[in-house]
Amino acid sequence: MVETINLPDEEFQKALLQIDRIKAAEIFERIYLEYNNFEMLERLTVDALERIGSGWEDGQISLSQVYMGGIICEELVGKYMPKSNLSYKNKPKMAIAVLLDHHSLGKRIVFSVLRAGGYDLADFGQGLGVEEIVEKTLEADLDILLISTLMLSSALKVQNVVESLRKNGSSVKVVVGGAPFRLDDNLWKKVNAHAHGKNGANVTKIIEKLMEGGQLT
Amino acid sequence: MNSMERAMTSITHKEPDRVPVFHLLSHYGAKELDISIKDYFSKPDAVVEAQLRMRKKYSNDCLYTFFYAPIEIEAYGGEVVFVEDGPPNSGEPLIKNIEQIKNITPPEINESKPLQRVLEVTSTLKKSVGNDAPIIGVVMSPFSLPVMQMGFEKYLELLYFHKDEFNQLMKINEEFCVAWANAQLEAGAAAICYFDPLASPAIIERAIYLKTGHIVAKNTLNRINGAIATHLASSIALPVVDDIVETGSAVLGFSGEDDVKAIKERATGKICLLGNLNGIDMMNWDGERTKKEVRELIQKAARGGGFILSDNHGEIPLQVPEEVLLEVAETVKEHGVYPIKAEL
Repeated sequence: MVETINLPDEEFQKALLQIDRIKAAEIFERIYLEYNNFEMLERLTVDALERIGSGWEDGQISLSQVYMGGIICEELVGKYMPKSNLSYKNKPKMAIAVLLDHHSLGKRIVFSVLRAGGYDLADFGQGLGVEEIVEKTLEADLDILLISTLMLSSALKVQNVVESLRKNGSSVKVVVGGAPFRLDDNLWKKVNAHAHGKNGANVTKIIEKLMEGGQLT
Repeated sequence: MNSMERAMTSITHKEPDRVPVFHLLSHYGAKELDISIKDYFSKPDAVVEAQLRMRKKYSNDCLYTFFYAPIEIEAYGGEVVFVEDGPPNSGEPLIKNIEQIKNITPPEINESKPLQRVLEVTSTLKKSVGNDAPIIGVVMSPFSLPVMQMGFEKYLELLYFHKDEFNQLMKINEEFCVAWANAQLEAGAAAICYFDPLASPAIIERAIYLKTGHIVAKNTLNRINGAIATHLASSIALPVVDDIVETGSAVLGFSGEDDVKAIKERATGKICLLGNLNGIDMMNWDGERTKKEVRELIQKAARGGGFILSDNHGEIPLQVPEEVLLEVAETVKEHGVYPIKAEL
């Protein structure tokens, strides 16, 4: 049924790109009252964020718009999920961290997008060393670890994270993102990650594929 | 032609003897001297020695007195984190909440040891090279610096929702930026590289930039007593070429993701292009790949002058092999001689 309904995709996306929280909330309320179906609200946000992410990759949309769009969607989903008597999905068990530096925008975008998609995940924080991330990952017994980096030297350290996790018997899947991985298409493979997010907004699809056991390229 | 003449000819949109090459080497100097990055930047003599050695070794047409991006944060009292194999990075943001902005004052250049080291390097290099080669000093734009001062998320909140406090921070940062740029020019820098990645529409949408960072840039550059190269640090520049021209900048550092032919067309006669080899990808290149990339770039961007060959980020990563930098220089000597012959 959801597939055949025309949601106000363009109107919602426009509100997000204009950082218009009030308009975005009005659209959400309208859809909620009309259909009383959280799945549709989720589809509206996930689709909008994916299009915004693609727009950023194409150079049409700014990173600040990607970020603010994610924050607005996260807030709206957080408000309407309890109204619909739903809770966040706790499978797969996920966490996100910034390796070595304190630039956390990318992490925040991915976090917001996943929350807006109804996923629960832990935020390990930023400025973490290899050992700290490994320790936290093992302790939380994660299925998926998302690592954000800004600097090349930090991106190269992902390999040390993966090696250490394997030595400690973890089979967690590692997804990486950030500027160094965007500027070198093969870097994620070199550091033995399982997947690479080209923009924060496509993370939902990556998670779905990883959970299906799909091969990512 | 010497390096200064070569660069100046190209900046004025004429063809020099060959394409100028600016290898923007900062912490790479530590590798040259085989010492730690932290040790390297604590010793002005070491930076001078490495810059002079690397200029000769890589046929570099400039000297680059950039230490590391958060040196200005250090001057503001913030933390710098040194790593073994990459550029020093900013630590925990200095501004924890927006209310703090009203209490911030611009740092005194004379009171900052790291900034004094940069000035010492600049004046020593100037004594050594005179007018043979340009010394390029560096400032962070007042508009982009807050990413390190307060973290990106908090800064976006300031930019979008707190106009008064945003303007207040811009005033503080402008004062410091102008003073810091002029101090480097007085010490012997020939030009200032104004790093402003947030001017790119990949980071901040152009409509917002025009109402904020663009005005800040015009005000700031107007008060700097020398030539300016605006650098977007790997972010796309094509949609804002004319905007950057309006700021009074003479040079534009563009991205590896920009369409070279399109940006050349738009910049011709207006602003000299600086770029755009992909510094991250360069760590994977061998001799053949290097030659191919450099030749293609020269063919697309060098005709008529107005072009300086460089990396696209404003800093060569430590992981880029020396052989790649040597091959860049050799390829330019072979294929970058004016008039440029059609090769591809």
